[in-house]
Amino acid sequence: MQVYLDNAATTRLDPRVLAKMKPYLTAKYANASSIHKPGQEAYLDLVKAKKTVARLLNGDPDNVIFTSSATEANNFIIKGVARANRSDRKNKIIISALEHPCVRESAHELIAEGFRVEVIPASPDGLITPAALSKIIDAETILVSVMAVNNEIGTIQDIKALAALAHKYGAYFHTDAVQAVPYLDLDIKKMGIDFLSLSAHKFYGPKGVGVAYIDRRKKVRPLIVGGGQEDGYRSGTYNLPGIMGLAFALELAYQERKTYLKKVRILRDYLLSKIKKEIPEIRVNGSLARRVPANLNVMFGYVEGEAILIDLSQKGIYVSTGSACSATNLKASYVLSAIGLEKHFLNSNIRFSLGRFNTKAEIDYTVKCLAQTIKRLRSFSPVEKI
Amino acid sequence: MALNYTKKTLNNFLKPKNVGSIKKPDGYAQIGNMVCGDQLDFFLKVEKGKIKDVKFLSFGCASNIATASILTEKVKGMTIAAAKKYNWQQVVDELGGLPQQKVHCSVMAVQGLKKAIDNYEKREGKHKSEAKEVVVKKTKTIRR
Repeated sequence: MQVYLDNAATTRLDPRVLAKMKPYLTAKYANASSIHKPGQEAYLDLVKAKKTVARLLNGDPDNVIFTSSATEANNFIIKGVARANRSDRKNKIIISALEHPCVRESAHELIAEGFRVEVIPASPDGLITPAALSKIIDAETILVSVMAVNNEIGTIQDIKALAALAHKYGAYFHTDAVQAVPYLDLDIKKMGIDFLSLSAHKFYGPKGVGVAYIDRRKKVRPLIVGGGQEDGYRSGTYNLPGIMGLAFALELAYQERKTYLKKVRILRDYLLSKIKKEIPEIRVNGSLARRVPANLNVMFGYVEGEAILIDLSQKGIYVSTGSACSATNLKASYVLSAIGLEKHFLNSNIRFSLGRFNTKAEIDYTVKCLAQTIKRLRSFSPVEKI
Repeated sequence: MALNYTKKTLNNFLKPKNVGSIKKPDGYAQIGNMVCGDQLDFFLKVEKGKIKDVKFLSFGCASNIATASILTEKVKGMTIAAAKKYNWQQVVDELGGLPQQKVHCSVMAVQGLKKAIDNYEKREGKHKSEAKEVVVKKTKTIRR
């Protein structure tokens, strides 16, 4: 049995989305910037895609800029907004402690350019509160960036309240909403969002395409310059197959939202209850109540996350760990550090992220294997029970 | 994050040799890595200058477990002098290579074993410097 429980890393392309994309890879291959007939037809399809995205987010179609990824969108927005709005009075960027590396690194680059960057600390249950933001925001702040849903622990932030607070101080508000589709009712107007980032492959769309939603009334400097596509905001030939796939995948995600949310919640809760029953000495990281229903992040005491991951992988179960030793970076998860997880527990965590294609039988198989894995690894762990 | 473990590394992780502890070891050491948080404990039983038995405990990643497994397999039966010379490169070669970011695991395993040998030699030194007749008494203290 193969069980894919890493849907927060990426999802499987929906076959219906692939069908939607196919004509743009074959017959409808014209460049949407060309002014001949097929080119203009492609352009009209591009506009349609923007309208779809804008409708689903309750935004303006002109504000939808397609990028190659959410990483690009976040780089573009963080650096572009900071650089375009800098003045003698305004020189500060605020990000949260839970941001994805692409936001953190973008902010880090700005420090080298003389910007001040401040970080909003997270609460122990993984929340970024307006009270915490209010302690560091001031009239010097250009931009506040807080992710809508965290990628590791799935916690949901109060975007509306945070955006309102940013606006009170004359700052703009950006949210990396990559993990929020379709869990949150993303409403740009109601939430008061100025800038937002999305990535298609997180909601059963294709890889290699993202959205940078930008309020055009606010200044943003482009990151990628060239032929002047997207009204100069983002040069590079329009990726029509990807863009059509993204718009359709977003449409499907919200159309089928209710059933999907119910399904993953039932499976996730079942997974947690089985883990609790079968495996002692575990702990859930982050708030369970304020988290997307597809995410579960669990600490398994006295064993290392990477060893659990590799052991499960050999059994056909695919999970993730943001912890040490999982990647080229050996440092422990900054998200779990930020929520104050004790040092001796920082390397013992596994993220399960469920999706549309998971079944109850898969969860049963997963917990059966997981219990064996944990038991085996604990049998030769030197770590004393704490 | 290319993390392609060789078959041999995976086998040593999935079915590690020499896991566990030794009661009344002749040498013992614990080693930890501050960066990745891994920990290894080594236990030695020495007879006539040779490693008669060696065991380990691990709180670590797959390659931490695999390197300790292969290292203990290799040095079992070796003279103390030869075991001291066994280096991390040999561990890596024995596994058919390790991902670059995991090479430090082999270094740590080798250091841990050396530390356990040091511990053995220190105890031995004490033995030798003291009168023969108190050896029995001494082994008692070694229990800890």
